[in-house]
Amino acid sequence: MNMDNNTYRKFVKARAPKSPLAKDCFHAFLVGGLICAFAQALLEGFLTLEMTEENAKTLVPVTLIFLAALCTGLGVFDDIAKFAGAGTLVPITGFANAVASPAIDDKSEGLVMGVGAQMFTIAGPVIVYGILTSVLYGFCYWIWGMLM
Amino acid sequence: MGDADVRVLSLKNPPSAVGFAAAVGQKEYEGPLGSEFDLHDETGTFGMDTWEKSESEMQRLALNLALSRGKCDPASLEAVFAGDLMNQCTSSAYGLLGFGKPYFGLYGACSTFAEASMLASAMISAGYFQKAAAVSSSHFCSAERQFRFPLEYGGQRAPTAQWTATAAGALILCKEGKGPYITEVMPGVIVDKGINDINNMGAAMAPAAIDSLCTYFTETGKKPDDFDLILTGDLGLEGHAITLTLMKNQGFDMTRVYNDCGLLLYGKESQDVHCGGSGCGCSASVICGHILKGMASGKWKNVLYLATGALMSPNSLKQGAAIPGIAHLVHFSMDRSGENSDA
Repeated sequence: MNMDNNTYRKFVKARAPKSPLAKDCFHAFLVGGLICAFAQALLEGFLTLEMTEENAKTLVPVTLIFLAALCTGLGVFDDIAKFAGAGTLVPITGFANAVASPAIDDKSEGLVMGVGAQMFTIAGPVIVYGILTSVLYGFCYWIWGMLM
Repeated sequence: MGDADVRVLSLKNPPSAVGFAAAVGQKEYEGPLGSEFDLHDETGTFGMDTWEKSESEMQRLALNLALSRGKCDPASLEAVFAGDLMNQCTSSAYGLLGFGKPYFGLYGACSTFAEASMLASAMISAGYFQKAAAVSSSHFCSAERQFRFPLEYGGQRAPTAQWTATAAGALILCKEGKGPYITEVMPGVIVDKGINDINNMGAAMAPAAIDSLCTYFTETGKKPDDFDLILTGDLGLEGHAITLTLMKNQGFDMTRVYNDCGLLLYGKESQDVHCGGSGCGCSASVICGHILKGMASGKWKNVLYLATGALMSPNSLKQGAAIPGIAHLVHFSMDRSGENSDA
């Protein structure tokens, strides 16, 4: 084939169909917004149950995580996510799905080397770099406090 | 023979396909070729409790069916050439364990079925075996687990992505038979054009297909129109279009005769497979379930089949390496001399 690698890469890139960005953004906005509105409704609901605000605010993400994991187990989360994209990925629902889905798949390799070892293959980097970032932030905050 | 510059091997004693069968999953059964497959399982599990075992079982069933379709005594089989996408080719090893036959485990990614057919037919032609089988399989669920994401992971697929077929194909080749015959084979070379996008495997593999096709046409002096059908393994929509365009630029117009197994297996719009099918089982099932049957019934006389494979691993991808491709070529003909005169 008389085409150098660069020319071929450009040729491939130019002709490949692109993701429908506007449509994807709209779907993500719609579903992501609905999840947030639902979470807000949950918070209001918990508060009417004479719960302290702190407890209610803890229970909201717990409920969302539970529902996302349940939907993953029932096999409907991926169908919603196919439509919603970042709409289900960005809220805590995406994190719950990223933990629950390998846990379901990898039970065939046993509870320790399967579920235990594989459960965080997708969510692991988020946890590692999330903690690292929060430590760095905390350190900067501490320095800032010393200087002020 | 023995000339390093000649890649096309014209088989002296072309073996005949005597039995062929394909076993598929539900999605493949719902595709345009569904009714032509010999067996399908609507759950995709084939009665097993893990996806890996399901794939092995599907392979075992396909070989059993091919043997019975060809009215072959399993004891008469002298060797099995087989492969799949799983690490260490475990689907083949476990699936074929019970046959107790000499086994050649092959890895050529999605090109495995052509590689297996090529080696089996060369060994028969050379007189080492009277009867040998070529088998390969892929399973959407086991492949997703190994190469991509968990099955229930919520993500969106790129428009250029392909769908790993849940399918297995088995072909019994024999020294004697009524055809279709394998008259020529050509092993592919590894071609890397710098594509490292796992979601555009068609583009990664197309240069290998183009290399094999150009070499074949140049060496044999044949033209695309000498064939009733030129069929690539699983380049999908993108790879098919790239191959067609770039072959035309090289002076080989294949518009009239060119198709791709990945495009034949699914209904593109209705089945949400984006660019089409892929996986070792894709072209294996299309060849064994559709093409060879069509040839035996007189629909086609000369079919040039090139299975294309993407030879990367999950780790090579993470390390940013480009995806090398390969395309093995097999010429099926109803005429044992392999002449294309009446194509």
